[in-house]
Amino acid sequence: MAEFLQFLFSGLTVGAIYALVGLGFSIIYNASHVINFAQGEFVMLGGMGTVSLMLAGLPMYVAIPLAVCLVVAVGLLLEKFAVEPARNAGVITLIIITIGASILIRGVVEVALGKDFHRLPSFTGETPIIIGGAALQPQGLWVIGALVIVVAALRWFFEHTRLGKAILATSYNPLAAQLVGIDVRTILLVSFGLSAALGALAGILTAPITLTKYDIGIMLGLKGFAAAILGGLGSSYGAVAGGLALGMIEAMSAGYISSAYKDAVAFVIILGVLFFMPSGLFGTRRTERV
Amino acid sequence: MQRPGGSLQSGFSAKDIGAAGAARGVAWLLTARHGGILALVALLLALPLFLPNNFYYDIAIKTALNAIVCVGLNLLIGYAGQISLGHAGFFALGAYASAILTSHYRWPGLLAMAAGALGVALVAFLVARPILRLRGHYLAMATLGLGIIISIVINREIPLTGGPDGMSVPALRIWDWRLTGAVTWYWISAGALVLAVWVSLNLVESPVGRALRALHGSEIAAETAGIEISRYKVLVFVVSAVFASIAGSLFAHAERFVTPVEAGFLRSIEFVTMVVLGGMASTFGALVGATILTVLPQVLTAFHDYKHVVLGAIMIGVMIFMPRGLVPTLMSLWRRRAP
Amino acid sequence: MTIVSRRHALGVLAAGAVLACTGAAQAQQPIKIGSFLSITGGASFLGDPEAKTLRLYADRINKAGGVLGRKLEIIIYDSAGDAKQAVTFARRLIEEDEVDMIVGGSTTGETMAVVPLVTEAEIPFISLAGANVIVEPVKKWVFKMPHSDRMAVEKSYQDMKKRGLTNVAIIGGSGGFDQSCRKEGHALAGKYGLKVVADETYAPTDSDMSPQLTKIKNTPGVQVIFGCGFGAPTSITARNWKQLGMTNIPFYFNHGVASQQFIDGAGGGAEGIRIPVPALLVAEQLPAGDPQREVSLAYIKAFKEAYNLPPSGFGGHAYDGLHIALDAIKRANSTDKAKVRDAIESTKRFIGADGIYNMTPQDHMGLSLDSFKMVEVRNNTWKLIE
Repeated sequence: MAEFLQFLFSGLTVGAIYALVGLGFSIIYNASHVINFAQGEFVMLGGMGTVSLMLAGLPMYVAIPLAVCLVVAVGLLLEKFAVEPARNAGVITLIIITIGASILIRGVVEVALGKDFHRLPSFTGETPIIIGGAALQPQGLWVIGALVIVVAALRWFFEHTRLGKAILATSYNPLAAQLVGIDVRTILLVSFGLSAALGALAGILTAPITLTKYDIGIMLGLKGFAAAILGGLGSSYGAVAGGLALGMIEAMSAGYISSAYKDAVAFVIILGVLFFMPSGLFGTRRTERV
Repeated sequence: MQRPGGSLQSGFSAKDIGAAGAARGVAWLLTARHGGILALVALLLALPLFLPNNFYYDIAIKTALNAIVCVGLNLLIGYAGQISLGHAGFFALGAYASAILTSHYRWPGLLAMAAGALGVALVAFLVARPILRLRGHYLAMATLGLGIIISIVINREIPLTGGPDGMSVPALRIWDWRLTGAVTWYWISAGALVLAVWVSLNLVESPVGRALRALHGSEIAAETAGIEISRYKVLVFVVSAVFASIAGSLFAHAERFVTPVEAGFLRSIEFVTMVVLGGMASTFGALVGATILTVLPQVLTAFHDYKHVVLGAIMIGVMIFMPRGLVPTLMSLWRRRAP
Repeated sequence: MTIVSRRHALGVLAAGAVLACTGAAQAQQPIKIGSFLSITGGASFLGDPEAKTLRLYADRINKAGGVLGRKLEIIIYDSAGDAKQAVTFARRLIEEDEVDMIVGGSTTGETMAVVPLVTEAEIPFISLAGANVIVEPVKKWVFKMPHSDRMAVEKSYQDMKKRGLTNVAIIGGSGGFDQSCRKEGHALAGKYGLKVVADETYAPTDSDMSPQLTKIKNTPGVQVIFGCGFGAPTSITARNWKQLGMTNIPFYFNHGVASQQFIDGAGGGAEGIRIPVPALLVAEQLPAGDPQREVSLAYIKAFKEAYNLPPSGFGGHAYDGLHIALDAIKRANSTDKAKVRDAIESTKRFIGADGIYNMTPQDHMGLSLDSFKMVEVRNNTWKLIE
């Protein structure tokens, strides 16, 4: 039982990380139908940014908000200079652009901040909490807690604020949204900024667990994308569910099947889900206009 | 004045016929199918004059093999309008099939290559139908997942594949000849490339190609018009996978060494970028894209630490300013200039 | 037409390069040493300090007058841990840059991929990578600097035997170095009276090894853990080991973690872990009579002055590689590839940062088990044990 609980905790912690990254994908996709492959880099920038600010002498509680602001700025720049000019291009072109952006961001960090890996201290220490014989690291609780708060906050934002509702409206039908006076371009900027902030937050919260380095964005971005797809694009809850599911599958595979093949198992399951549910677990089924 | 019954009526002299004949000849040459291939052959014949040593030949070989993959991938992405972020998996399967069969089981090289291509065709056929039901980003994810699964299996099955460190590959033997050396492989790769381009161009201009383009335009409309879209999608997916597999097999014998990196996600992205950069729905665009992205890393070594910054900037820049890719954009600019 | 013009440009570039080379041939030929290193990518903590070390000492040596009256030129390419890139750059170094020898190859995978190339080109190659397979079976043109994974296993197993531990669990990544270490771990267990009771793997991008460690913890009779690998995952493993309350099970790691980064990244989890390391990392703790002390301290000082960074054990490989190469060139009194190769093979009692080298035709690595030092992590730094 203790063993199962240990795998569960591990899966929840990792799953929460994937869920946060997947949420970032989901928000941008909802507003613009663009998959931002640079989302993983926002996560990396959050962690690396905080580390560098702290190395420069700033205390952690100043470095964190500052780092988040910087990442938001990067997100806005990305939208303005890389995505907006190519608004009407095809899916593939936008994929290449955002991948190019992720390479660029990685390259800049590589030169400016070096290639070493760094660690942020855990917020409330290292002593694990023992439940039922299994150890849960306190930082893991921070991540899961943050996920819960973020989901609740986003729900309130989308359903009860004008800006949030405007974003939702744009995701349902951009033309109609424009007709009622919503500036779609601003909505796009806001959604990139919001995703960047989410990504940065995820990076800062998880740096104590995963360690941060200039290239951690690649795999995290990939897993976050997988999480968003598994849950179904167009549904933020789906992204969260997808992320948690992915984390659990990985942990359970590592524990019970084979630690060497756990990633393969995860992807096989994702493929399986997609074969039977082509829009993911909770995705909105697309109607195609002829 | 034209009267039914032929042009040898009054009003047309021999000179006119000659001129008409010449015009038709030029038109024949200018079509992509004939003029393009001739230009390509001429280029490949002339290129060795500019290659001073084996290092350059090696780059040329890699370019040609990448181009073969891209030509196939272009059929899928450019003409049929599907996405594949996992094609490096097929490339690697072909490479490893050749490596394993010739190294562990001592099969003749060509047989191994054929077996690899057949195996890949089978795999592609089996996954094509369920995968190609997906659209857009879901399709991207499914192909991505496929590529990653292939990559993981190659990495883990160490006794068979040598694992992450790769395995060495014996030279290709055809009857009594042992094919090694950069120059030999240049000619082999060049020949394979010309063949691939010829097949691709013919496919595009055949009824299959027309069906594909209809599919790309609107799947539902195409289906309404009587085209069995899933059949054609599967066909082009399998064909592009086989192209990649054969290129992979050739690569294995040319480089004499394969590693699982060939199956990786980053390699798949490289191939897609080559196709998109050069120009989708353009066979020669795929060639240009492959050339640029194979040669570019060598040029970028001059930038040392900044190479990723430069690469990312180039990708973004080209896609923003030339979203249809280099060749179509340049060709439309050229056409606009003509009177 | 577009295609022709693009390739034409390449031809012009090539022609220009040829002209430039002939121009340079007028001056006195510098000694050219080529290198391909994993400066970026997963093994950047290997390649980056190696590149820095090579550049630092090339500079110093040239300022001191060069070698055999000739300037030293080092050409470094970044192969990013990718064997295919390594082959391309090695070919470029041999054919295009026409180097006299190659000192490089940060990882085993890259090194092995290049072996057929250097053998065919008959150019001496000193590898900076760890696995045994590089020099076993011995290859005429290939030499190796770092202690091998086999030695790391042997040194650790020796220590385990001394402490009376017999049931060992192996945990490691999926990379080539990890696999090689794991293989040695299995093969050598019997020799030291040990039994391998568990074997767990993680992926290089994993952020939590609790599942794997939990399985080890629950393996009946497990007494000691041996870790294979390098980089961030090893720090995470160490931290998880502590968090799961497994510090009562002694933990040994291979020398892939011989860097301060490992300790820092583990957030206190590395405390008590034992590792065999090159003498360089504990230079100050070496007894005064130890011949390695002086060389190591000098390297540490020089590196710190130039880059304001603590030295990395891996940079030491590059230091040794370069200096043995130059020593061989001096002894051969030429850059003739065959002569230099012979000279490298007859290197005797060369005091390097990693150890004291004695090469023979059968041993192209030259280090013995006692140039490896067993240390334990105490108070976030290395404490020499023996």
